[in-house]
Amino acid sequence: MAKNNELSGKREPLVRIVRRTDAGRIQSWGIRIAAVLVALVICAVLIYALVKMNPLEVYKAMFFGAFGTTRKLWITLRDTAMLLCIGIGLAPAFRMKFWNIGAEGQILVGGVATAVCMIYLKGLPEILLFACMLFLSSLAGAVWGLIPAWFKAHFGTNETLFTLMMNYVAISITSFCVSKWENPYGSNSVGIINPGTKEGWLPDLFGQQYLINVLMVAALVVLMYIYMERTKHGYELAVVGDSENTARYAGIDVKKVIIRTMLLSGALCGFSGFLAVSGASHTISTGTAGGRGFTAIIVAWLAKFNTFTMALIALLLVFLDKGAVEIASKFNLNDYASQIITGILLFFILGSEFFINYRLVFAHKEKHAVQAEGKEA
Amino acid sequence: MQENTAIKLCNITKRFGEVVANSNISLEVRKGEILSLLGENGSGKTTLMNILSGIYFPDEGEIFVDGKEVTIRSPHDSFELGIGMIHQHFKLVDIFTAAENIILGLPGGANLNLKAVAEEVNALTAKYGFELDPNKKIYEMSVSEKQTVEIIKMLYRGANVLILDEPTAVLTPQETKKLFSVLTNMKEDGKAVIIITHKLNEVMEISDRVAVLRKGEYVDTVNTSETSENALTEMMVGKKVSLDIARTEPKNMRTILRIQNLTCINEDGLKALDDVSFAIRTGEILGIAGIAGSGQKELLESIAGLQNPIGESSILYEPKENERVHELVGKTPMQIKELGVSLAFVPEDRLGMGLVGNMGMIGNMMLRGYRSGKGIFVETQAPTKLAKELKEKLEIATPSINTPVSKLSGGNVQKVLVGREIAMEPKVLMTAYAVRGLDINTSYAIYNILAEEKEKGVAVVYVGEDLDVLLELSDRILVLCDGKISGIVDARTTTKEEIGLLMTQIPQKEEEANGEE
Repeated sequence: MAKNNELSGKREPLVRIVRRTDAGRIQSWGIRIAAVLVALVICAVLIYALVKMNPLEVYKAMFFGAFGTTRKLWITLRDTAMLLCIGIGLAPAFRMKFWNIGAEGQILVGGVATAVCMIYLKGLPEILLFACMLFLSSLAGAVWGLIPAWFKAHFGTNETLFTLMMNYVAISITSFCVSKWENPYGSNSVGIINPGTKEGWLPDLFGQQYLINVLMVAALVVLMYIYMERTKHGYELAVVGDSENTARYAGIDVKKVIIRTMLLSGALCGFSGFLAVSGASHTISTGTAGGRGFTAIIVAWLAKFNTFTMALIALLLVFLDKGAVEIASKFNLNDYASQIITGILLFFILGSEFFINYRLVFAHKEKHAVQAEGKEA
Repeated sequence: MQENTAIKLCNITKRFGEVVANSNISLEVRKGEILSLLGENGSGKTTLMNILSGIYFPDEGEIFVDGKEVTIRSPHDSFELGIGMIHQHFKLVDIFTAAENIILGLPGGANLNLKAVAEEVNALTAKYGFELDPNKKIYEMSVSEKQTVEIIKMLYRGANVLILDEPTAVLTPQETKKLFSVLTNMKEDGKAVIIITHKLNEVMEISDRVAVLRKGEYVDTVNTSETSENALTEMMVGKKVSLDIARTEPKNMRTILRIQNLTCINEDGLKALDDVSFAIRTGEILGIAGIAGSGQKELLESIAGLQNPIGESSILYEPKENERVHELVGKTPMQIKELGVSLAFVPEDRLGMGLVGNMGMIGNMMLRGYRSGKGIFVETQAPTKLAKELKEKLEIATPSINTPVSKLSGGNVQKVLVGREIAMEPKVLMTAYAVRGLDINTSYAIYNILAEEKEKGVAVVYVGEDLDVLLELSDRILVLCDGKISGIVDARTTTKEEIGLLMTQIPQKEEEANGEE
């Protein structure tokens, strides 16, 4: 009781975090856009402070880097399609709460399967060759997804560790293939496959080299949306993701759903490997996936598995990447400087989700003032 | 009067987003009294008590303890002011003894003198009439003993104000009596006791005054001696509610499910159900009573195909007289459901088992029938229609039928689940703790739905915890004790005391034989 005095009197906590239930769609997007604007301002200050350059020039260069020429535009679109495709593959797995961080490996084995076809099956009629490439790359990815899914379904293994470790197996397999197919000898790389005949290269469409990549992925965006939102399979995997007990109660075969979904997820990631090898680089290396298997996780989650939103986010991420490369070379900055900008932008975009779900309440302030402040940050 | 006041709340307001959980509540608790805090679900009782115990901070209003204004910013502050809250879910370390749990988290030197602690604990138990061995480990204790530890923990820390959140929900009638005598002793010692409960008969029995909240607002405080159960209900709900359950005589009774020698093993490898045999009949409500965790969950889940019964377990299902009999043991939940057996409400964890929290009402309506759509696509028209109908008929409060059901209040979540199950027109309807956490209005709505289903000739199984309701609603009551049937009694002639005894008594061999009809 003696300690009562200490607690007497009015002392409120300075800031409290309060859950927000009222953020509608418009308000949510408003917060996100505000976050990007604030991030741009902060980047501008940093750019000026660090390298004494006009931030607007820098932003202009970033834009030029991504969309400046027709060639640049198509490469941006190609890379967006690739990242988006992986995201589409990951979406059903993550909606099922299966933490598939093995996209990297699934892409690589898909890429290796594609390269195998390009190297050993050349001479086949074009249609047949592409059918083989498509089928085998998807199959390889599917197998890579199936293994952790099967163990998870039957023995309850941890899929996060399992899929992660499968990545390293895939990297080792790729290394082995690279050294086997080394060309020219001693270069430690495979080099462009079939440079003369362009066999197994995705063909140009209407004179555009990458249009076919974009179209295929665009089709997947629609198909995956329908699969997840309108089909029984999509419904089942969402139920399993929410609660396995509810799924069992409803008579859903949880094991079957886990395995089926991961087959699909792996197959799509394997298909991304096909896009990377046959549709973009025409070679294979351990860097073919290039971390995009992880970046795509951000794409899937930020979009809350809506494939159309995922397209926007994939475009944003690729844009940032291309822009960073451009300003690094144009202004002779080192790589890190441009990555700072990317980092700050991503930080703010991810952070804005907090302000969509919560708002801050400051002590002794009117409610209206508080809401306005919450939005800005 | 002033020095008699232990705690005084003035104009407390607390908002969560748009929702006003507490609006301008003023309340006072006196020393040496037991105050019941009464209110429906979502009336703000728990929020108010959480403000007192330092979990929430009020947006507006003042709190006075012993006449002095205080600020409670954390549970620690609340302790210092002598406020102790006993939650529904105990916060004890299983592998520690009672004494160790009691001193856990208290400041002190490196040297633990557990003997002295035990002596102090013994002194406290003697003073208030508890029964507790300070050296017993928590995992060896019954629910009632654990609750005793929680209460003594608070007293040991010098609490002058005790808040108990639904303390009798988990107790047998005998244990409740014991608890009440202890609370009375504390009151006579000058402590203030606040008890949150839904059971009106207990309010009438134990409290001196009753404070009533409704929809976040303070209604009134009345002296218990000057009020009645009906008057309190009216204050709570805002309108007259009939507290009667229409129980008709069972008609066309016929055994539809015959459970024989049912034995189940739980995760720890222990027998959750041990050689249970009884019959479920159409047109009657079979109540199932028992202390929590006596095998109720396993019993219902076995029938629904969610358990793996062992040994000679057999569950025979006779959909119609003289028709083919189906053995349910070994069938999948899907196959069983297709036969018309429905596990309607899921024990304890409605969102974790019966519903998909992240989906709206439509998505949840689909759970049962989504396979019926054409081809690979799910059909949404019928579920949408059903969702709209239920929202209307059961008065489900939801912003839209697409709002994730996890955002709805407990009562509305239950209505979604009940509505969906009954819409399936099952032949056997099994419910577990169907009204747990629901307010009076919704509870009675659900009792009446069950009674209607029984009228229609459905075999209803009602696993419940409120013995008064079991007695009023059921036709027969099956009592489980430690996975065995300790008796099947006629609900019209038995008494609460008889059931209470059966709940704690391991059955004799010959009684078990009576279990089978």
